[in-house]
Amino acid sequence: MSEMRTTLKTVRGLGSAKDGTMHFWLVRISSVALVPLTLFAIGLVFSLIGKDYDAARAVVGQPLVAVLLILFVAISIEHMRLGIQETIVDYIHGELLKVSILMLNTAFSLVLGAVSVFALLKLAFGG
Amino acid sequence: MSESTATRPVSPHLGIYRFTPTMAMSIVHRITGIALYFGMVLIAWWLVALATSRSWFETANWLLGSWFGLIVLIGFSWTVYHHMLGGIRHFIWDTGAGLGKQTSTLLSSLTLVGSLLLTAITWLVYFLWF
Repeated sequence: MSEMRTTLKTVRGLGSAKDGTMHFWLVRISSVALVPLTLFAIGLVFSLIGKDYDAARAVVGQPLVAVLLILFVAISIEHMRLGIQETIVDYIHGELLKVSILMLNTAFSLVLGAVSVFALLKLAFGG
Repeated sequence: MSESTATRPVSPHLGIYRFTPTMAMSIVHRITGIALYFGMVLIAWWLVALATSRSWFETANWLLGSWFGLIVLIGFSWTVYHHMLGGIRHFIWDTGAGLGKQTSTLLSSLTLVGSLLLTAITWLVYFLWF
């Protein structure tokens, strides 16, 4: 033993973060919501085929459509952020690089979500 | 860390296992998930185009309607269907059901068959009715 510290002392605090279940659960909850929302989005795309600018704006700007699309986009992006976070921690092992890419993933998700939701609100409020 | 780390056994990686449908669909589930990251960018781009201006919207629709755009959209739709069916397969497994050797392999194969079928139906509807 080259150190004064016991083996137990050196591994303490290096275990799980004790919040993995929440991550798993959020992925599942979001995917349950995404099944109907995605089918709705696919149906909406079909209803938009051949529509010009004004007609498409009118469809997407309807309150019910806009609200469902906001939910679709927001929940998709959160689901996507969680999934990519899992992929990053699986494959990237250098601590600095890993934390940097995790931050980028969160930042990118937030920007994408903000931009999409803003666009939908603008359409709904007739901007 | 002590010197014992060097000889510690490590978990074997993908390369040493025999190829199975469950394994293939697990890998494809992850790849489709990563691909959908870009799909989401496509959706955001289209929404911004619609909210911004007529010319941007028309450019976006022209691009999506071109042969290149259609290939991207066909790929996108298959990716969505595959990831969705993969998710449903995981819901089944989460309940503890379908984990047997035969059933899990069948469910995995159905993910692929189902996603190809749904993609084919979607685009048949598009090309025949629209």
